[in-house]
Amino acid sequence: MARFIVRRFLSLIPTLFIIITLSFIIIRVAPGGPFSSEKNIPEAIMNNILKKYHMDEPFLQQYLRYMGDVLHGDLGPSYRYVDHDVNFLISHALPVSMLLGTISMLVAVILGILVGIVSSLRQNSWVDYTAMSVAVIGISIPLFVIGPVIMWFFAMRLQWLPTSGWIDSRRGWVTIIMPVITLSFTYFAYIARLSRASILEVLRSDYIRTARAKGLKQSTVVVKHVLKGALLPVVSYLGPAFAGILTGSVVVEQVFLVPGVGRIFIQAALNRDYTLIMGEVIVYSLILVVLNFAVDIIYGFLDPRISYK
Amino acid sequence: MTDETILQVKGLRTYFNTDDGVVKAVDGVDFSLRKGETLGIVGESGSGKSVTNLSIMNLIPNPPGKIMGGEVIYHDTDLLKLSDKGIRAIRGNKISMIFQDPMTSLNPFLRISNQMIETIVLHQKLSKSEARAKAIEMLVLAGIPAAEKRIDQYPHQFSGGMRQRVMIAMALSCDPEILIADEPTSALDVTIQAQILDLMKELTSRLGTAVIIITHSLGVVAGMCDTICVMYAGRIVERGSVDIIFEKPMHPYTRGLIKSVPRLDRKNGARLYSIQGQPPNVIDLPDCCPFFPRCEHAMDICKTKYPLVHDDGNEHRVACWLYGREGK
Repeated sequence: MARFIVRRFLSLIPTLFIIITLSFIIIRVAPGGPFSSEKNIPEAIMNNILKKYHMDEPFLQQYLRYMGDVLHGDLGPSYRYVDHDVNFLISHALPVSMLLGTISMLVAVILGILVGIVSSLRQNSWVDYTAMSVAVIGISIPLFVIGPVIMWFFAMRLQWLPTSGWIDSRRGWVTIIMPVITLSFTYFAYIARLSRASILEVLRSDYIRTARAKGLKQSTVVVKHVLKGALLPVVSYLGPAFAGILTGSVVVEQVFLVPGVGRIFIQAALNRDYTLIMGEVIVYSLILVVLNFAVDIIYGFLDPRISYK
Repeated sequence: MTDETILQVKGLRTYFNTDDGVVKAVDGVDFSLRKGETLGIVGESGSGKSVTNLSIMNLIPNPPGKIMGGEVIYHDTDLLKLSDKGIRAIRGNKISMIFQDPMTSLNPFLRISNQMIETIVLHQKLSKSEARAKAIEMLVLAGIPAAEKRIDQYPHQFSGGMRQRVMIAMALSCDPEILIADEPTSALDVTIQAQILDLMKELTSRLGTAVIIITHSLGVVAGMCDTICVMYAGRIVERGSVDIIFEKPMHPYTRGLIKSVPRLDRKNGARLYSIQGQPPNVIDLPDCCPFFPRCEHAMDICKTKYPLVHDDGNEHRVACWLYGREGK
């Protein structure tokens, strides 16, 4: 087991290396550059700017220089926010996104599993039909539609919640409600359907019949015998769900004006702010591969039939 | 074996609602079981053997299944009228079950110790450590080597035969009065089958447990049982002691079954006998003998009316028009 963990962990390094290299190339290949939107800069000044950021060097040299800096933990200066470097911008925005993402994930997983359990145990009841209809809505409507719709409903029609912004001393935590609903809805819906289907399948299995034949209570059968097996597919879905929450947060932060890494990402992309984009890509991919790694490890603990060699 | 009857099934009917209509999986089954007796229920797939026994335990998945009528009298209580709590106190305690496929009947996510101890603690006033000792004792009885060590393993670390031994140990751990074995050896290979049957026979006779064994193998029945019930299309068509059934089978279906067993003393090159035709579809079965389309002796009355049960006095009963209308 320990050897598996170490090996699996080491395999993260080439993955990250490939992601960084490809992103570096793709960004530079795309037309335009960080300073191309400035108007009428005399050529001498432009050359100075390029020189300052080492962008006059050959491509390979730029790449090696950048990789060297990244290895030292320095993501470089932002090309557009002159007084800030990328480390500063991301380290201030990341906690906001992490909070939003973690709460959304928890809401999606906990509510999703609960609804899945209730629907499967009351299969074909009105509870089940209602929950599954809501889930279909959640899966089929994209975030950028759900966000504005609930914003219109709760903030403008009912005027219960502020339209946008983030947690501050004046308004407290209410600003987090709509971003969390929007971001978690799709994943809640998916987890609810997944756990319902999976619980129904396990309920029909032979070992559940055995558990009933032993005289166990329905609640014991469900909690002890059904859930562990039934939630394995949910655990393996957590990896892709994390990825979806990360990309989803880019949209949600933009819609609700949340000062997180997602908003910075969009601005950085629009500005062709090479180093900031690269920094964001590195942070996102780091989070993603580490969480996928964690899911693999958890899976091994949950299913005794998996042996790591 | 004494004469005390411990279980009586009367007029049991279990139907399943499907998209194609109502499947009458069990349609009026009567039998009784005496203390320590071993009863074999034989029949083809779909004849209602398993559904009969799941109904006894009230374990029919509902929906789609429903017990429509009948009684299951265990000593003086009708198990079908018990509350959920009442029947749970019987399951795994007084009446326990083992199933066909040992590969899927144990929970793959829980250790054997966990699965055995939970049953023992549930039904007996024992602490966890006493229950563990009892579980190990049962595993030893069931022939699991190094039981103290193996009890903490997971099911996938056991072979098929070993898992069935675990199932038997678990089923007998609360000293039940009745053990229902639903095709306990069908999923095992032949050499293991014999071992498992021997083990069941030895343990149940030592503990005085009555056994209902469901099987489609006449060989299993001949070796294990005192009494045989032959089921066809949801009903018992013939019932009698094992000697009588093999010596003087009366129902054409039973005769056909016995004739289709491969025999070592038959001449080389002789073709194996088989009953022609297919088992009937039990949806919307008219009032007739369900066997008549396959029967060599079919008469006009067989097509219009289900036969009355004929009793020849030796507790040998048969439902067939060949034996007239006398008797009950």
